[in-house]
Amino acid sequence: MEFFGWCVIAAGIGMGLGSFGTGIGQGLAIKSAVEGVARNPGASGKILTTMMIGLAMVESLAIYVFVVCMIILFANPFTTQVVELATK
Amino acid sequence: MTHPFLILQWLEEQLHLHLGEHVVYTWFVMVVLILLSFAASRSIKEVPSGLQNFMEFVVGGLENLIEETMGSAGKPYFPLIASFALFILVSNLIALIPGFYPPTANLNTNAALALTVFAMTHIVGIKEHGIKYLKHFMGPMLVLAPLIFIIEVIGHLARPLSLSLRLFGNMYGHEIVLMIFIGLVPFLLPVPMMLMGVLVALIQTFVFTLLAMIYIAGALEEAH
Repeated sequence: MEFFGWCVIAAGIGMGLGSFGTGIGQGLAIKSAVEGVARNPGASGKILTTMMIGLAMVESLAIYVFVVCMIILFANPFTTQVVELATK
Repeated sequence: MTHPFLILQWLEEQLHLHLGEHVVYTWFVMVVLILLSFAASRSIKEVPSGLQNFMEFVVGGLENLIEETMGSAGKPYFPLIASFALFILVSNLIALIPGFYPPTANLNTNAALALTVFAMTHIVGIKEHGIKYLKHFMGPMLVLAPLIFIIEVIGHLARPLSLSLRLFGNMYGHEIVLMIFIGLVPFLLPVPMMLMGVLVALIQTFVFTLLAMIYIAGALEEAH
């Protein structure tokens, strides 16, 4: 049953690392967008649209990590084998 | 890890239909949209008021968005993209009503939507350019074509994956976070998260439609 403990640890650390990088990336994107709007408020509409697309692209990395974590936690493909081995 | 009680799922169990809650809720969203558009277009007036006014605002906004991103070439794809936008928006927003489950929080619904976009881009490309559509995958130099072709094919195959997983992850993740917060403190703590849910629903609808538009526009333009 140690296997499931490690699964939870892996999901937690993975999600942490994934959101760490994504957070930095999104922060940089928003920083540049805010600077752009501050310099040229007239272009805010266009900058907002482009920033949204970029943010969604960056965010999808965190979402992949989230999906993998959910697979590890709730839909682990090795569950039956591990349970079989444990009961032997 | 979803709502503990889903109205339509309960109804389905009473009727012994065995459909899965996402299918039932997809039908619910379809019924809502059909009834709404029927009610709005039943008595069209010169000076719009009430529901007709609202629907004209929504459809006009979508039309402007398509005009801005795709130019006048995007006009024929308005029905497809507007249906995507309205369907995804309504399905995301019913997550905020207790007892309702967003069909977009299930990967199957999103995969259907993303595969429609994927098929549509290639159908549009072949219809527009014929056999020259292959040039889109060849890159600028003929010598590098075999290399570029593989990369482009992988890039195109990653599109439906990322489209469906992004929407699924956002909606499902929000659902789980909401459930965990309700499990921690049921009183008032989930409210800020639900406000965030409204934002996430709108942004994800926007992103999905915008990416669908960009993909179709990319298939429409000439190969460089």
